[in-house]
Amino acid sequence: MKLHGLCQLFKQEMGGCIIDVVPSYRSILVSFDLMTIGHQSFVQKLQHVLDHCRGSLAEEAEPSLIELPVYYGPEVSLDAKVITDHTGLSFEEVINIHASTLYRVYAIGFAPGFAYLGNTDQRIAVPRKKTPRLKVPACSVALAERQTAIYPRESPGGWQIIGRSPVNPIDYQRKNLSLFEVGAKVKFIPISKTAFLDMGGVLSQEEHSLEDQRFQEGV
Amino acid sequence: MTLRILEPGPLSLIQDLGRFGYQNIGVSPGGPMDEHAFSWANRLLDNPLNDPQIEINLGSFHCEFQLPTTIAITGANMSAELNGVAIQPWQSYSIQTGDQLSFKGARSGVRAYLAVRGGLDIPEILGSCATVVRDQLGGLHRDGKQLCAGDCLHYPVSKPVLTKQVPDEFIPEYCQDITLEVIPGYQYEWFGRQERQRFFNSVYCVTPQIDRMGYRLSGEAIQCQRQNLVSEGIAPGAIQIPADGQPIILMRDRQTMGGYPKIGCVTAGSLNKLAQCQPGGTIRFVKKDLYKAEAGYRVEKQFFCGISHSA
Repeated sequence: MKLHGLCQLFKQEMGGCIIDVVPSYRSILVSFDLMTIGHQSFVQKLQHVLDHCRGSLAEEAEPSLIELPVYYGPEVSLDAKVITDHTGLSFEEVINIHASTLYRVYAIGFAPGFAYLGNTDQRIAVPRKKTPRLKVPACSVALAERQTAIYPRESPGGWQIIGRSPVNPIDYQRKNLSLFEVGAKVKFIPISKTAFLDMGGVLSQEEHSLEDQRFQEGV
Repeated sequence: MTLRILEPGPLSLIQDLGRFGYQNIGVSPGGPMDEHAFSWANRLLDNPLNDPQIEINLGSFHCEFQLPTTIAITGANMSAELNGVAIQPWQSYSIQTGDQLSFKGARSGVRAYLAVRGGLDIPEILGSCATVVRDQLGGLHRDGKQLCAGDCLHYPVSKPVLTKQVPDEFIPEYCQDITLEVIPGYQYEWFGRQERQRFFNSVYCVTPQIDRMGYRLSGEAIQCQRQNLVSEGIAPGAIQIPADGQPIILMRDRQTMGGYPKIGCVTAGSLNKLAQCQPGGTIRFVKKDLYKAEAGYRVEKQFFCGISHSA
């Protein structure tokens, strides 16, 4: 992914006048300080950096690999039924496919730390909900079309939820604020409920009781 | 030592000029909705331009000062009273221990600014104290919460200074019928000639769906030849045209990425004007040359920060 390298290069070469650099799927938004440099001079400089970077970007280092633990248990896979109904697969098959694909961070947006990861296997592509859920629990792992993502905060959201991670992708207190950066590779690692809880994963009261109920019913 | 909030009103927020450098991880910049009024409040007190202030949205705000200082109020007229006596916005005032300041509902405009000499002492998070409720960032406790009754905001001791007022010619009139200057964006050509004409010849109405993230307008629908874009970074003031053809103008708390086509971007000055417009207000758009917009922006910024420019 060249975008990430390009962003680094912009900051390196023009750091003094750049305010923000927002890479996405196939664009980069560069904000600059008009009090430091005029618009025309800025565009010229940007063009200059672009003209001289072609060779160097090809030698970019291999992007980092982030392994993200996910608990796919019944208390947290809120849309397991929607997904299995739509795909015609068993939920075990969905998990296997989801966790055996290597993803790329294409963009970060919507909310702090919300990374758009792609591409998911065609077999587990599911449409977004017609009506978004009002409260998606924090750290939920979700599917929509050919993308997957993890919700950093409790928020409204229309993606189909398949599991939950004990790791929050954003932490304002952590030195490395966002777990993800555009261009990184991501792999999901299925973990047991015990591991999920041991690693600090959170279940709500209702989710705990839901599990007890299922246990009694022998599900 | 403190300014104590007695009544916060519907939405009072700590703001500085915004949180920059983190949009790549999805953090909204935030900042004052009306940067012009905000900048004047700090200037009236000889404060650094970025000093934290209270942005009072819609009014019904009441506070008490527990130490002498000088304050400035700018922005919307909310029938401010100091110890029960009516005072005018766009001025600074000397404050004694125990003085009470109150605002009623907004009469014209939507947002007022209250600055204290030396700036409010607010902890920063990610380099700013701007409150973005949605991102749970900024404000008194760094967690994005709006101000509440009982909150105590510290400010430094300062010697009495002469009070000042903004010259009349610089005090904007917050009308409900406004014209916004638009810089055509790189997707401008994606809109057909007729659609562009319709956009500039129509009158749009400010709907009740307005917040710090964006203003939804209603009026003649504009169609874009292209739909289903991939999401990309978006600038403040960007005018998105979703599939229903009704413009959405992105404000300070905008999300960092959006996927709708953009016909252009309103200028910084127009964005401030819009931030003071209420539902039911009417909007006209007029095309603005990029270079003229840039020159205008620089003149205003230089006035407030006194930086000389050479480029």
